[in-house]
Amino acid sequence: MLQINELHAGVENKKILKGVNLEIKPGEIHAIMGPNGSGKSTLSSVISGNENFEVTKGSVKFLDENISELGPEERAHKGIFLSFQYPVEIPGVSVTNFIKTAINENRKAQGLEDMPASEMLKLIKSKADLLEIDRKFLSRSLNEGFSGGEKKRNEIFQMAMLDPKLAILDETDSGLDIDALKIVANGVNKLKSKDNAVIVITHYQRLLDYIVPDFVHVLIDGKIVKSGTKELAYELEAKGYDWIKEELVS
Amino acid sequence: MNLKDKLVSSYLAFDDHLEDDSPIHEIRKKAIHTFEEEGFPTKKEEDWKYTSLKSILNKDYSVFPKGNKDVKFKKVRNYFLYDIDSYKLVFIDGVFSTFLSETTHDGLDICLLSAALSKSKYKAVIENYYNKAAAKNSISSLNTAFAREGAYINIPKNKEVEKPIEIINFSTGNESALMVQPRNLIVVGENAHVQIIERHQSLTANPVFTNSVTEIFAEKRAYLDYYKIQNDKENASLIDNTSIHQEQNSNCKVHSFSLGGKLTRNNLNFIQNGEHCESTLKGVTILKDKQHVDHNTLVKHNAPNCESHQDYKGLYADSSTGVFNGKVIVEKQAQKINAFQQNNNILIDDNATVNAKPQLEIFADDVKCSHGCTIGQFDEDALFYLRSRGIGLKEAQALLMYAFANTVLESVKIPELKRRINKLIANKIGVNIGFDI
Repeated sequence: MLQINELHAGVENKKILKGVNLEIKPGEIHAIMGPNGSGKSTLSSVISGNENFEVTKGSVKFLDENISELGPEERAHKGIFLSFQYPVEIPGVSVTNFIKTAINENRKAQGLEDMPASEMLKLIKSKADLLEIDRKFLSRSLNEGFSGGEKKRNEIFQMAMLDPKLAILDETDSGLDIDALKIVANGVNKLKSKDNAVIVITHYQRLLDYIVPDFVHVLIDGKIVKSGTKELAYELEAKGYDWIKEELVS
Repeated sequence: MNLKDKLVSSYLAFDDHLEDDSPIHEIRKKAIHTFEEEGFPTKKEEDWKYTSLKSILNKDYSVFPKGNKDVKFKKVRNYFLYDIDSYKLVFIDGVFSTFLSETTHDGLDICLLSAALSKSKYKAVIENYYNKAAAKNSISSLNTAFAREGAYINIPKNKEVEKPIEIINFSTGNESALMVQPRNLIVVGENAHVQIIERHQSLTANPVFTNSVTEIFAEKRAYLDYYKIQNDKENASLIDNTSIHQEQNSNCKVHSFSLGGKLTRNNLNFIQNGEHCESTLKGVTILKDKQHVDHNTLVKHNAPNCESHQDYKGLYADSSTGVFNGKVIVEKQAQKINAFQQNNNILIDDNATVNAKPQLEIFADDVKCSHGCTIGQFDEDALFYLRSRGIGLKEAQALLMYAFANTVLESVKIPELKRRINKLIANKIGVNIGFDI
């Protein structure tokens, strides 16, 4: 589904990703872990097409197509979704109006008519229930004044609505208390199928107790330096990242 | 003959027809004298630095339109809030339209200024209020000299007016170029509540120059919501002079939706004379082509423990130009004042211009004043966020523009009006943003 090959990327004169290789197949969950500043968020930004980052080398293929030249909306139309670490506040647009616009823009790209209002309403209702989101919440301005937990839950609600093929969860666990974490993880698990894939970017192993990865990768200084199964996450939790760095040196 | 000379000589003919004992005759004479002395404002004056009237003064305007051309309701229905019940004061080429209006004298007065100026039962109100709030500058004086017609609204003590009042000035294009000078006098009595919508609407592409004066008096605990819809045709220009005097515990809000017209100048003055007054000035400006809007606001705090809030948002496309000149004066005796001023602008095209000039003159020492002004482009992070959800660049920009302008609408109290303005804004932005508005 996703093939990343020798990817180098950065901002202006700063190199951040220095040769990332990663392959993700349908039905898989991959966790990417690593210390602060290792390039985790840059990787998610580059996959989803953030134009603030420049790809200097390598390629990103999605469903066998090189997507390096595509804008973020075109990648979204193909089925890539990014759950933001810091969702942007947009006063003046309600959650409902925003998601309606997004759904219909995606349908337009697929040559479909707008979703009928009643169908939209039903979909919104069922997905809001899945994430235990209060109806009142949906008429509030997008992310404005939301708590950290509300923002993240809203991201997963959007994911549920858009039903992507590849979802990237960028530090979705940060700012969540344990109850919210369970709700979010439960939502993600329910949306999971053999046809879609998830990348979980996180500092901590905590989230991985609930969203169980098939593979764990360690990103340090812009490179994936170690890959393994979920046991690697426990090891990282217990021992930190230093031992890997030491391993690298020796 | 230039417009000033034409107006001055027209006044002489006009003056001949006036009854000599008219109580406002002296006011008129003084006013035309001021205008004759000072003429139309030019860019040399600090307050008019960014707005030139040249392009509208060079037309040969009819100053006294020939007659009342009928307008069918069907043709102008959309300019009314037709889906709700309202009082209506409608003027066609400056002349009152009985047919389109809905006035009342039943427990409150919603009628014509011409009647109020001539009938003895209104004499006391006229003496008390008429020309007491209007600025004495040359452009307001010009209106005062010629003022014959407009809205007269007098809400008595404790009256909550249940229906909004619409004041609509149509120009028909019957004249090849028309100048009108509507004059409105509004008195909101103690603890009275009222909502007013004002609109100037040309029905053709013929040039129209409106120089309007509105005087508003909000007595103790009065509550006023005033909405100005400025979405006129390409050759229609407006100088709106509105002055509001507020007494103790009164609350007045003016929303200006400046979405069209050739040139619009809003001279909006709030004078707070009693304690615990609240004044709100909000504006949404969305311009394109070579349109020009100049918001010149003044809030004068004369009494302690009051608040004022200003929030003006502007979106400028093509070669349009905007001005925000907001002055706040806090007099020495006016302690414990909260005065906020916010002016945010987005320039959509490189040729668009905004001049923003906040002015704070604070003579009291215990006050909270703030002003913020931004002129910028779209927020890149917000654009990426929207695009990452599959919303195209153009639609994402439209959504952000809509969101930007829409925050001003939150305080619009009439749902039908809010919906209407919402739609107008979406149309102006020019993209179907995929949800019901």
